[in-house]
Amino acid sequence: MDRTISPAPVRRSVTVKASQQKAFEVFTSGFGRWWPASHSIGSSPLKTAVIEPRVGGRWYETGENGRECQWGEVLAWEPPSRVLLAWRIGADWKYDPQLLTEVEVRFVPLGEAGTRVELEHRLLENYGERAAATSERLDSEGGWQSLLAIYAKEAAAAA
Amino acid sequence: MANDMRQVAALADPTRRAVFELIAERPRSVAEITRALPVTQSAVSQHLKVLREAQLVRAQPKGASNIYHIDPAGLGQMRAWLDRLWGAALDEFKREIETEGKEDNG
Repeated sequence: MDRTISPAPVRRSVTVKASQQKAFEVFTSGFGRWWPASHSIGSSPLKTAVIEPRVGGRWYETGENGRECQWGEVLAWEPPSRVLLAWRIGADWKYDPQLLTEVEVRFVPLGEAGTRVELEHRLLENYGERAAATSERLDSEGGWQSLLAIYAKEAAAAA
Repeated sequence: MANDMRQVAALADPTRRAVFELIAERPRSVAEITRALPVTQSAVSQHLKVLREAQLVRAQPKGASNIYHIDPAGLGQMRAWLDRLWGAALDEFKREIETEGKEDNG
C-alpha cells in the first residue's frame, strides 16, 4: 500500500488595477501590509512579514513578541516581472530548512487593464518525503491536529 | 483535485466529521471512538473506511485492534489548505494595491 502522491501545484491568479512595477513592489516590499495577519507561522500573533529584496534574501515574519520566524528565502529576484521564493514551512506549520517547496510569482502587464499576478506553489510532493522523516513530529501536539482542525472547519463550511 | 473533492465530501457528513475530529485530537481505536459518539461500532467502522479511502486517516495495527491516526502522507489536505490560503492572500493583495492606488495623488 506504499504509494507516492504527487499533488498538482497550487495555481492562483488575480488581476489588479496597477502597473507591473507597482504590483511587484506591493507584493514584495509591501508584503507585510497585505498578508493576512491570521496566517501566522510563529507562536505569537503576526506583526509583520518581510521579503528581503535580493537573491538569498530572507522571507520571514516578526511576531507581536518581537520574535522572528523564518519562512524561506528568495531564489530568484527579477523585478518587475518575477520572483521565486522558497517556502520551507512544514506540514506541522514550522520552519524546516530541509523542506523545499517553491512559490513562483509572475507579474504579467495587461496594459490598460492592469497587471495579472500569477502564483504557483509547487514541489508539494516534498511534503510527502519530509512527512516520512518527521512522522513523529507530525503526530505531536500542535502539528497536523491544529492544521487539520482549521481545514476541517473550512471543508465543513465549503460542503 | 479529485482527491480534494473526495476529502471535502468525506467530511461533509456530520458524524464522519466528528469521527475525524476525534482522531485529529489524538490517535484512537474504533472502540474509543464508538464510546465517544452515539452511534454503533459498525457505523463508526463504515465512517473510518470512507475516511481511509479519502486518505484523511490511516490505521495502525496494535494488538488485536487498529489505532487510527490522521494521515500525514495524505497531501490532499495540505494542498487544499494552501490553495485556500493563497486565494485569500491574493484577495488581500488586490484590496491593498487598489486601495493604495486611490489614495495616490502623484
